[in-house]
Amino acid sequence: MSIIEVTNLTKFYGKSRGIVDVSFSEEEGEIFGFIGPNGAGKSTTIRLLLSLIHPTSGSAKVFGKDVVTHGPEIRRDIGYLPSEVYYYEGMKVIDLLKYSASFYDCDCTQRLHDLSEIMELELNRRISDLSYGNKKKVGIVQGLLHSPKLLFLDEPTAGLDPLMQRKFFNLIREENARGVTVFFSSHILGEVQRLCTRVGIIREGKIVEISNIRALQQNNYKKVSVTAEGLEPAAFDLPGVTNVQTENGTVNFFFKGDINAVLQRISGMQLSDVTIEEPTLEEIFMHYYE
Amino acid sequence: MNATIYKHEFRARLKSVLIWSLALSLLIGIFFSFFAVFADEAELVNEMMQNFPEELRAAFGLDRMNLASVLGFYSLIFLFAQLCLAIQASSYGFGLVSIEESELTADFLLSKPVSRSQVLTSKLLAALTSLTITNLVVWVASFVSISLFREGREYEPRTLLLLLLSILIFQLFFLSVGLVVSLLVKRVRNVTSYALGLAFGAYILNAFSGVFGDVKLELITPFRHLDSAYIVQNEAYNTNLVLLNIAVSLVALAVSYWLYIRRDIPSVS
Repeated sequence: MSIIEVTNLTKFYGKSRGIVDVSFSEEEGEIFGFIGPNGAGKSTTIRLLLSLIHPTSGSAKVFGKDVVTHGPEIRRDIGYLPSEVYYYEGMKVIDLLKYSASFYDCDCTQRLHDLSEIMELELNRRISDLSYGNKKKVGIVQGLLHSPKLLFLDEPTAGLDPLMQRKFFNLIREENARGVTVFFSSHILGEVQRLCTRVGIIREGKIVEISNIRALQQNNYKKVSVTAEGLEPAAFDLPGVTNVQTENGTVNFFFKGDINAVLQRISGMQLSDVTIEEPTLEEIFMHYYE
Repeated sequence: MNATIYKHEFRARLKSVLIWSLALSLLIGIFFSFFAVFADEAELVNEMMQNFPEELRAAFGLDRMNLASVLGFYSLIFLFAQLCLAIQASSYGFGLVSIEESELTADFLLSKPVSRSQVLTSKLLAALTSLTITNLVVWVASFVSISLFREGREYEPRTLLLLLLSILIFQLFFLSVGLVVSLLVKRVRNVTSYALGLAFGAYILNAFSGVFGDVKLELITPFRHLDSAYIVQNEAYNTNLVLLNIAVSLVALAVSYWLYIRRDIPSVS
C-alpha cells in the first residue's frame, strides 16, 4: 500500500507559486528523499500533507485517506520535524514534551527519557534558553515520541553538530528498520544519499525527476581532478568526459559513465595527486537545468 | 473540545487574568470609597457637574447619572470597569490564534491529531473561563465595596445584578469580534495595539454619539448596548440592543470558525 499518494497537487498563495502539479507516491517502509533548493516547494508539500495549508487543486492521500477530510485521524500516526523549530518559549523542555505526548494515546514516558538520553537533551531547561541546535533536538524527540508510522523530516540536520547528525541518522535508520516510513526533505545531497532509497527532485514548484538513488548517482557526473607532470588534456579523451580544463599541470574534468574507464587510464600514469568527487548539489541541479 | 489544549491555554493566560482581576478590584474598591464624600455633598457635587461642558458630561453619561445615589455612582465606576474588561477581552480575542501564528507555534499544535474546530473550541472555552474569573472577581469587588462604603444608603440589588450579569455578554462581544478581525487581517503584529484600538474605538463611538449626525454608528458598540447609565435609570436592559449585541457576537463566532477551518497557517519566510 502507498503510504503517501500525491496526485496533481497544486498550491498557490494568492498569485505566488507554492507547488504546481506535483505527483508522486511513497511505499510503506521507504525512506523517500525530497531534494530541491530553497523556495522550491519542499516545505509547502509537507505542510499540505499535514493540512496546515489547503491545496488549490489536486489531492493527496496519506495512509489511503484524504488529507483535507481526514486530517486529525491521519496525524495520529505522523511525526513532524519542521525545518524551523519554534516552541512555547516559557515552557520547560520536559513540560513541552509531556504536552506533546498528551495528544496521543500512549504512555510515552519511557520513550521520552530514552530519546532524550540518545539526543543528550537536558529536560529541565527552559525553551527560551536553548540554542538553535538544542531546540532542534527537542523537535526530534517531540517528533518521534509517540512512535509514529510516518515521519516528516524537513531539513532535519540544520543546526546539529556532526556527532549529533550521526546519532540522528542512526535513530532514523532504527525507526525505519521497525517499519517506519520516512519522508526526508533536504537541500543537502550527501545526507539524502546516506539515508534514502528513492529521491524526488523539485525545482520551482515542479517535480523534475523521481528516481532510485543508485540510478541518480550513476546518471551523474563525477568531478575528477588529476595532477601529474607533463600531463596533457588529451590523455583523457574518453567518451563521457566533458568540461576539460588545465591549470598548472592539473587537469579537471567532469565524467559521466563507468568510472573504471577513467581509473584504467589513470593507473598507467605517475601521479602526484588525484581526486574524484561527488558533484555538489548545485552541479546536480545544473544538470537538471540544462 | 480537547482538555489538553484547554489546560495549556488556561495556564498561559493565568497571570494576565490575575493582574486584570487585581487591577479591576482596586479600581472598583478605591473609586467607590469616595462615594461617602459625593453622597454627603450631593448638592455641591451636582452644582459642580453643571459647570462642566455639556458634551463632557454626555461623554461620561454624567447627565444621566445621579452621583449621590449608590447605583448612580456605581454606574460611573462600572463604565470604567467596562473599558478595562473590553481591553482584556479584545486582547484575548485578538491573541487567541494570532499569537500562536506570530510565535510560529501553530505548526506544533496543528500537526497534532486534533481538528481545527476542536482547537478553536478549546481555545475559546479557555479564554471564556479566564474572562469569567475576572467577571466573578468584579462581582465580589462590587458587592464588597458597596456594602463597605454605601454609608447605610439604600439601593436596588436587582439593578446591580442586571449590571453585573451584563459583563459576560459584554466580554463575549469583544472576544469574538477580536477573534474574527484577527482572522480577517493577514497578520496581527501587535495584539495590544489592536485590543486598545477596538476597546477605545467602541467606547468613543458611544461617548461621542450624535457627532455622526443621522448615522447611528453608536448602535454597533456594546458600550451603548449595555449602557450602565441606561440600565440604572430604567432598571432594565434595552432588550433590542442586548439582542443585537448577542447576535453580533454569534455571527462573529460563526465566521471565525468558518475562516479558521479554511485558514492557511503562515510559515517562516
